[in-house]
Amino acid sequence: MIKMTDKKGRFGVHGGQYIPETLMNAVIELEEAYNRYKEDAEFNRELQELLNEYAGRPSGLYFAKKLTRELGGAKIYLKREDLNHTGSHKINNVLGQALLAKKMGKTRLIAETGAGQHGVATATAAAFLDMECVVFMGEEDTKRQALNVYRMKLLGAEVIPVTSGTATLKDAVSEAMREWTSRIEDTHYCLGSVMGPHPFPTIVRDFQAVISREIKEQILQKEGRLPDVVIACVGGGSNAIGSFYHFIEDKEVRLIGCEAAGRGIDTFETAATINTGRLGIFHGMKSYFCQDKYGQIAPVYSISAGLDYPGIGPEHANLHDMGRAEYVPVTDEEAVESFEFLSRTEGIIPAIESAHAVAYAMKLAPTLDKDKIIVITISGRGDKDCAAIARYRGEDIYE
Amino acid sequence: MNKTGAQQIKEAFLNGKAFIPFLTCGDPDLETTGKLVKAAVENGADIIELGIPFSDPTAEGPVIQGANLRALQGGVTTDEIFEFVRELRKEVTVPLVFMTYANVVFSYGAEEFISTCQEIGIDGMILPDLPFEEKEEFAPICKKYGVALISMIAPTSDKRIAMIAREAEGFLYLVSSLGVTGTRSEITTDLASIVKVVRENTDVPCAIGFGISTPEQAEKMAKIADGVIVGSAIIKRIAEYGKDSVKYVGEFVRSMKRSMKNKKSVDNFF
Repeated sequence: MIKMTDKKGRFGVHGGQYIPETLMNAVIELEEAYNRYKEDAEFNRELQELLNEYAGRPSGLYFAKKLTRELGGAKIYLKREDLNHTGSHKINNVLGQALLAKKMGKTRLIAETGAGQHGVATATAAAFLDMECVVFMGEEDTKRQALNVYRMKLLGAEVIPVTSGTATLKDAVSEAMREWTSRIEDTHYCLGSVMGPHPFPTIVRDFQAVISREIKEQILQKEGRLPDVVIACVGGGSNAIGSFYHFIEDKEVRLIGCEAAGRGIDTFETAATINTGRLGIFHGMKSYFCQDKYGQIAPVYSISAGLDYPGIGPEHANLHDMGRAEYVPVTDEEAVESFEFLSRTEGIIPAIESAHAVAYAMKLAPTLDKDKIIVITISGRGDKDCAAIARYRGEDIYE
Repeated sequence: MNKTGAQQIKEAFLNGKAFIPFLTCGDPDLETTGKLVKAAVENGADIIELGIPFSDPTAEGPVIQGANLRALQGGVTTDEIFEFVRELRKEVTVPLVFMTYANVVFSYGAEEFISTCQEIGIDGMILPDLPFEEKEEFAPICKKYGVALISMIAPTSDKRIAMIAREAEGFLYLVSSLGVTGTRSEITTDLASIVKVVRENTDVPCAIGFGISTPEQAEKMAKIADGVIVGSAIIKRIAEYGKDSVKYVGEFVRSMKRSMKNKKSVDNFF
């Protein structure tokens, strides 16, 4: 058994709790509550019911026959997180955290969002759990993802555009942390990825691990064996860790995380953390970050607002250190081509984030024998990206 | 043998209540920062807190975020700040403490960073994103080089106060209110109760920061604690007057220090 976490929330050298003293008791309280409720039968029953009845789980594991034939190699299955309520895997974590926050007596949820998917999921949970909701979103992203801003408002959330720094996901996280520092008593910070201070990377991973638990059951049922490769996109890394988690002990399964290379890892316009970053301390955790020689966090870039983040979750950093998972860069151009290719071949429009995973599978599948099996997690649906991709292709459409 | 940073800092509190201004190095440029430090000292500052700018200062409000941004846009680097302090030390004798974020130290190489601090005459270091639980990251190295690693206590610290106070060195930075740095019209935290617990656990001096901007507030805080830290109210003046801010900051420091000088100590200071 690989030792993944110790008491202080470390994954190898990564993780920890690098946060202001003001927040320390809040994360300690959260950890205690989580440890209590994760073993609580009633809590788990409620959560499972929400996941099944409200979010539509389990999500399908779909054999992409046409994609497989077109690529002419390994058999490709798609884990359809895009079919969840609110359109992405984000709801898995949000339902867990919102329910936990409610049990803790919190009445207000705050969240950061990049592409808007986590913000929409949080706004959704807040709506039906009767909680107040404030979402921080980089101003740049509110423009790239105008539709999701409208959805959040429709769901009753307040959306605060963040203008500091690069006005993207990184700055939204910083601003949400600042807000939490000023209002802790009634507020839970519903962090959207496997990042930040302990216990967030563990809590979010546990809530997302449902993805690999289902993949395992479904593939055993369909194929009678484990997949050879599991591929997912990685920003902070929540859908990826969710897709990997129950396979970590199965050494024969290759785990591949696809980072956003933006305009390429040899340019400054990239967000590929493992490929271009180095060890640092930021946003509450020790992990790999894109940064300059003085430790100033780099203004990263990707066409995908959801992967446009200069760091990666500490558990991924450790899987990389151990050589257990591979992290590969995928450029904007490759992701856009895959976005279009999957839409045409399978009639599935993936989120531009997920398209990064599809892109790498398109390179890998033809090199593998036909009896090999690849599972790609389609972490979200691509409706939100259509206007931006149209713009990328030089076409201006109205949303 | 030379005194450690912690001893230097502690002695700065012997001269009545300490006034500790915060300046971001390189805002608007290092030359001005140097003039500001000297003006602050001439006007009664007892310790100077020097910010090394960070791209993403998550514990700061908009005012100090702005200072970080201006300094970095001006191109200032950690190495230039080290050289700046080395020069400054030829004229300035009050304790100097760095305020920055963990990654600035970590990324430079903790041993390299902290040994340089000792060499150039930095007495202490404040890292708002390094709580008690993570201080082992740098504490052994700080100890080795005699640089005080300053601990913070917040209004939410509660049962943690005693634990933090017992291991404190240099001075204890008591955060006055919830939230990030920035001026506040009113401070409502029961700071006296927190200071009481601090006193029961350490004889290290305790200074209050966050939200203090007027002589009236400084006077009030000085009655509760051993010192007062002021950042945003100074940075606002620098943001407004830029290179011409030296005079205004000097006057402000004098008014703050005077308000704190009431009963306890030397009155022939000026």
